[in-house]
Amino acid sequence: MTLSLTRRAALAGLGGALAMPAIRPSFAQGAPIKVGVLHSLSGTMAISETALRDTVLMMIEWANAQGGVLGRKLEPVVVDPASNWPLFAEKARELLAVSKVDVTFGCWTSVSRKSVLPVFEELNGLLFYPVQYEGEEQSKNVFYTGAAPNQQAIPAVEYLMGKDGGEAKRIALLGTDYVYPRTTNRILRAFLNSKGISDADIMEEYTPFGHSDWQGIVSRVKRFAGEGKRTAIVSTINGDANVPFYRELGNQGIKAEDIPCVAFSVGEEELAGIDTKPLVGHLAAWNYFMSVPGKPNDDFKAMWKVYIRNDKRVTNDPMEATYTGFRMWMQAVAKAGTTSVDPVREAMYGQKVMAPCGYEEEMHRNHHLSKPVMIGEVQENGQFNVVYKTPAAIAAENWSPFIPENASRRG
Amino acid sequence: MSDVTASPAPRGIPLRLLVRGAIIAAIALLALLPVLNQLPAGSAFRVSDFTVAVTGKWICYGVLALAIDLAWGYAGILSLGHGAFFALGGYAMGMHLMRLIGPRGVYGHPILPDFMVFLGYQHLPWYWLGFDHFPFALLMAMLVPGLLAFLVGWLSFRSRITGVYFSIITQAMTYALMLAFFRNDMGFGGNNGFTDFKELLGMPLNTQGARAALFYAALALLTGSLLLCRHIVSTKLGRVLMAVRDAESRVRFLGYSVTAFKLFVFVLSAVLAGLAGALYVPLVGIINPGDFAPGNSIEAVIWVAVGGRGTLIGAILGAFSVNALKTWLTSFAPDLWLFVLGGLFVAVTLLLPHGLVGLFRRPLK
Amino acid sequence: MNRILLVLMFLLAVVLPAAAQDSYLDALPGLAGGFGSQAEAVERLGASGDPRALPLLRALSEGQLRKRGTTILLPNGSDAATGQPADATDAETVRINNRVRSALRGALGRLQLVSISSDERFAAANSVFRSRSAENIPALEAAISRESVPRVRERQELALAASRLVAPEDAVKRQGIAILGGATSEDSRALLLEARATNPSLAGEIDAAVASIDSRLIYKRAAETLFQGLSLGSVLLLAALGLAITFGVMGVINMAHGEFVMLGAYTTFVVQEACRGIPWLLPWSLPLSVPAAFLVAGLAGAALERGLIRHLYGRPLETLLMTFGVGMILQQAVRLAFGAQNREVLSPAWMQGTLSLPGGILITQNRLWVIVFSLLVLGLALAAIRLTRFGLEMRAVVQNRRTAATMGIRTGRVDALTFAFGSGMAGMAGVALSQIDNVSPNLGTGYIIDSFMVVVFGGVGSLMGTLVGAMGLGVLNKVIEPWAGAVLAKVAVLVIIMLFIQRRPRGLFALKGRAAEA
Repeated sequence: MTLSLTRRAALAGLGGALAMPAIRPSFAQGAPIKVGVLHSLSGTMAISETALRDTVLMMIEWANAQGGVLGRKLEPVVVDPASNWPLFAEKARELLAVSKVDVTFGCWTSVSRKSVLPVFEELNGLLFYPVQYEGEEQSKNVFYTGAAPNQQAIPAVEYLMGKDGGEAKRIALLGTDYVYPRTTNRILRAFLNSKGISDADIMEEYTPFGHSDWQGIVSRVKRFAGEGKRTAIVSTINGDANVPFYRELGNQGIKAEDIPCVAFSVGEEELAGIDTKPLVGHLAAWNYFMSVPGKPNDDFKAMWKVYIRNDKRVTNDPMEATYTGFRMWMQAVAKAGTTSVDPVREAMYGQKVMAPCGYEEEMHRNHHLSKPVMIGEVQENGQFNVVYKTPAAIAAENWSPFIPENASRRG
Repeated sequence: MSDVTASPAPRGIPLRLLVRGAIIAAIALLALLPVLNQLPAGSAFRVSDFTVAVTGKWICYGVLALAIDLAWGYAGILSLGHGAFFALGGYAMGMHLMRLIGPRGVYGHPILPDFMVFLGYQHLPWYWLGFDHFPFALLMAMLVPGLLAFLVGWLSFRSRITGVYFSIITQAMTYALMLAFFRNDMGFGGNNGFTDFKELLGMPLNTQGARAALFYAALALLTGSLLLCRHIVSTKLGRVLMAVRDAESRVRFLGYSVTAFKLFVFVLSAVLAGLAGALYVPLVGIINPGDFAPGNSIEAVIWVAVGGRGTLIGAILGAFSVNALKTWLTSFAPDLWLFVLGGLFVAVTLLLPHGLVGLFRRPLK
Repeated sequence: MNRILLVLMFLLAVVLPAAAQDSYLDALPGLAGGFGSQAEAVERLGASGDPRALPLLRALSEGQLRKRGTTILLPNGSDAATGQPADATDAETVRINNRVRSALRGALGRLQLVSISSDERFAAANSVFRSRSAENIPALEAAISRESVPRVRERQELALAASRLVAPEDAVKRQGIAILGGATSEDSRALLLEARATNPSLAGEIDAAVASIDSRLIYKRAAETLFQGLSLGSVLLLAALGLAITFGVMGVINMAHGEFVMLGAYTTFVVQEACRGIPWLLPWSLPLSVPAAFLVAGLAGAALERGLIRHLYGRPLETLLMTFGVGMILQQAVRLAFGAQNREVLSPAWMQGTLSLPGGILITQNRLWVIVFSLLVLGLALAAIRLTRFGLEMRAVVQNRRTAATMGIRTGRVDALTFAFGSGMAGMAGVALSQIDNVSPNLGTGYIIDSFMVVVFGGVGSLMGTLVGAMGLGVLNKVIEPWAGAVLAKVAVLVIIMLFIQRRPRGLFALKGRAAEA
C-alpha cells in the first residue's frame, strides 16, 4: 500500500513537470470515467500488447494523480481478448454495451482492429489505435496514433537509397504474410519503380507468423545480393519471427555494411530478446526511439520507470503513441467538457501534444497524427542511434498515392 | 480402447420426460432472449444487445459441440480438426457476405472485395464465382466441409487408422489449412480474413433486428441438429455406431461395413460443423484463419468432455458453460482466467469422466 | 613481434612521404562532422599510414571516441591531435553510421594487413576484399609477399584480385578476373557482375568467370540446402525425442510437451542470469543449463505423471485433453512469472559465426552445434534404454506390464521415471531452441504438431524412426522451400505425411508396444 502511495506521489510529481495543467485531486462530482483497455494479455500477441496495457494503466494512474479529467476519476476496465480476433469483437461489444466505457485504448494487429471496427461504428464508441499500420482506412470512431506508411516506410527506403544509407540499388522485401507487409510492400514497389528500380531488382518474400527457420531465406537474400548491385533488406517481419531472423543474419555473417536491413516492426522491445552485437548498424524506422534526447522523452521514461519498477523494461514507439493519444484524449475531453463521443471527436481535431519523440504532434481531420520520421541504427546495448530524422513532423497520408485505386479519393 | 460412456439407453419414463421438459424449457428460454432485448432500457427483465450477440455465438458453438459429440461420443471418432470444418463453413458464408458488400467497400469496386483491390487483383478468382448467390454459398458451407471430411475419412478409415492416430492426422489437417489460409496468395484475405460485412438476405447486419433473426436461425439449427442427432442415435444406425465405438473389430466381423458407417457419421458431423460456422460468421462479424488453429479444435472437444460426451445434451451444455465461463473470466480475471479454465479441463477429465451431465445423472440412478 | 613493428616503421619511413604525418592532423577534425565528412576523414586516415591512425580508428569503430567542438578525444581522455590531456567537460560520443563503418572497414583493413595476429590479417584481407579500391594493390602485394599462413594468403590473393578488378588498366583487371573466377563464393560473383556493368570490353571474360563460379556454386548450394535440411531436422528431432518416449513408448499423448520444451528454455535463461555474477562462468552457462533443464523439465514431468496422468492410463484421448489444460496453465504461469516479453539468452562466442568448408560451403556454427547436440541427446536416449537397468525395466513394462510386475518390477515407478525421462529430454531441447528461437511463453506451441508428425511418421516407439523421420522431413522441407515458399513447403510436407500415414499407418519403422494397440 505504501509502495503504491509513493508511486502515485511520484507520478503526480512527474505530472507537474509535464505541460498538463495541474488540477488538485478532488473527485468532487460525477461517476468515474471508464477507460477500456483492449489488449491481448495471453496468446501470441501478449508479447507485444501487455506493455501497452501497462502504459494505459500508467496513464490512468497519472491522470488520477492530477485530479482526473473534468474533476472525475478515471477507472480502467481491462479485458483479455486473448489474441483471438472474434473474441476482440465480443470484448469490444462488452466494453461498449455492458461496461459502458467512455473511451477505449487497444488493438495491435490490423485484423483485431478490423474485427472491432464494425462494433465501434455501430455503438458509436471511441477507439485509440496506437500501432503503425498499412493505412487505407479512416473510421470516424477510431483515432490512429501510430504511423501511416508515408510516415515510416518511404522515408526509410529513401534513406537506404541515399549516400548515407549505402546507395542501395537492389531491395529485398521480406515480410510476414499479412496485410500490413503486403500493402507496405505494394506501396514500396510502386515507389521504387518510380525511382528507376526495376522489378528484376526487387525480391519479395513472405513467411508465416512466428516463422523460425530463416536459413533458406537468408541464403537466398545473399544470393540475390550476389548479382553485382548494392543490396538492402526492407523487413516488415512481425513480432516473434524477428529474433530467429536476426540470429540467422548474424550467424550467416551478414553485416550492416554489406547488406543493411531496415525494419518497420522491430523496436526496443523486440531487441530486448536478442544479443545485438552482431546486428550493429542494421536499421529501424519509427517515429520514436527510446534514445531520443530531450525533456519530453526523459519525463516519459522516468514515468515508465516509476510505474513499472523494473530498470530493464524499455519504452518503444507504440507505447509512445499510446501516451500521446491518451494525453490528446484528456485535452479533448477537457475542451469538450464532456466524455460523449461526438463532442470529444470534434475536440480532438487540432489537438496538439509535445510528444516524447521531441516534436509537437497534431491530430488532423483524417484522424491521423502528424509525426516525425526517425531512422535508427542498432547499437550494442540494444538501443537505437538516430542517424536521420525529418526536420518537422509530417502529416499522414492514410490513403496512399501509390495505390491507383485511391486516385479518386485523393481528388 | 476407450472406456464405455453412458449410452442413452431407455430409462424410467418420468426421468426421460423430465429431461425432455428441461430441454424444451431451455430452448424456449433462449428463444425469449431477443424479445426481452426489445424491452425499454430501464426494465428489470431487459437483456442487453451484448447478451443476445454472445448467446448467439454460444449456440453456434453448441452445434459444433454436438457435431463433435456425434462422431466422438457415439462412434468413437475423435477428430481434432473439427474447427477446420467449422471455419470452412464460415469462409463459405464469409465469401457470400463479402460479395454482398459490392460497391459499398472502401474502394467502391463493384465486384472485387477490398482486400483484392489493394492486393492488386484484376479479376475475381474462379473459386469466388457463384458466391453472390445465397443458396450456393449455403450449399458450399455444407459441401466443402463434407467433401474434405469424406476425403480424409475415406483415406483414414480404409487404412484402419483409428484412435490417437486419426486425431493427430485431423490435427495436422487443420494446421495445414491454417497455414494455407494465412497465405494472402490463396485469395481469402490472409490473416485479416473477412470483415466489415454489410447485409445478408437483404437485411442490414449490425442491427438489433438482424441479430435477432440470426439468433433464431442459430437456435433453429441447434434444435434441428439436436433432433436429427437424437433420431440417428436412437435408431439402429446409432446402435451400430456405438458398437463400432466399443468394439470395432467385432462389428467388422459381424459383416458390417465399418468404414461406411464411420464415414457417414464423420461426414454428417463435418456438415453440421460447417453449418454452425456459416451462421457464426454473420453473428460475430469476422472470419479469419485463426479459426483453423489446432487449439480451437481441441477446445471444442473439451467442451464436449466437460459437458459429458456420449450424451447430446451434455455436448451443448459443455459448449455453453465453458464459453460462458470464458466470457466472464476474460473480463473478470484477465490475468488468471487461463488458470481457471486449464484447471477446469484437468479437473473434469480427472474427476468427472462423464462430464457435468454425469454429475446430475449419478444421484438420479 | 618486434620485427613486424620494425617493418611497420620501415614502411612508414620509406613508402610514405613526410607530408603523410600532416594528413593525419588535417583529417582529424573531419571526424567531428557529419557522416559524409567522417567517411572522408576515415579514408584519409586509412591512407595516411600514420601509426596513430590505427588505434584512433579502432576506438572510433568501437564507439569510444568523444568529441568536444572539433577536438577529438581518445578513450584515455587525451586530445587525439596533440596527445596531451584535454578538457572533457560536455564531450559527447562520436556516433557513426553504416557509411562511416564501411569506410572504417576498408581503412582498418589496410592498416591491419601487417598486423601480428593472423586472425586480424585474415579479417583485414576480407575487409579489403569488400572495399573495392585499387589503391590497396601495393599494400596487398607487399603483404602477400610476406605472408606465411596459407589461409590468410588465400584471402589476400582474393582481395588483391578484387582490388585489381577496379584498377584502371585492362591487363590488371584481367588478372583479377582470372583469380576471382577460380573462387567459389557469392561475393566474388557479385564483384565480377558489378565490374561487368562498367567494363563492356571485358564482358566475355567476366561471363566465362561467372559461369565457372556458377558451375561450382551448384554443388555448394546443394550442400548448403542439405545442411539446412539437416539443421531443421535436428530441431525437429530434439523437439520430438521426448515425445517419442512419452507417446511412442508409453502411449501418453502429452499436449503440454511443448511447454516442457519452453521450461527448458527458461531454465537456460535462469542459469545464465545466475552465472552473470561470475564472469568466467558465463560462457559456460549453456552447457550448465543442459543438466539443469533436464532436471527441471524431468521433475515437472514426474509430478505431472504421478499427480495426474497415472489416473488416466489406457485413456489416451482423455490424457490429451487434460494435458492441454496443463499446457495452458504452465504457459500462463511462465508468462506471469517472467513477463510476456522475450528473454535474451546469449550465444557463447564458440557458437557464433560461420565455418567455411572446402568448396566455399558455409555452415553456421550454432546450427552445427544443434545438430551435434541433437545426436548426442539421441545417443543418450538410446544408451539409457539399451544399457541401463532402468531401460531394461522400461522395455519390460512396455512389452508386458503384468509379467513385468510379477517379476518384481515396480511398474508405477518405471512409468514415472519414463515420463520424467521423456520430459527431461524436452527440457534439453529447450536449451538448444533458446539458441535459435524466441524464449517466450509461446515457444512450445510452435513445435507440438510438428513433433507429433515426426513421431508418427517415423514410427511410434522407434527412436531410430524418429531420427530418420525428423531428418527426412527437414531435408524435404528445405528442398521444396526454394520454389514453393516457406508456407507452401510446410503445407506440402504436412500433406505428404498425411498421405504417407494412410499408406503405412504405423510409420516408417513400426514397432510393437503398448501404443501399437492403442
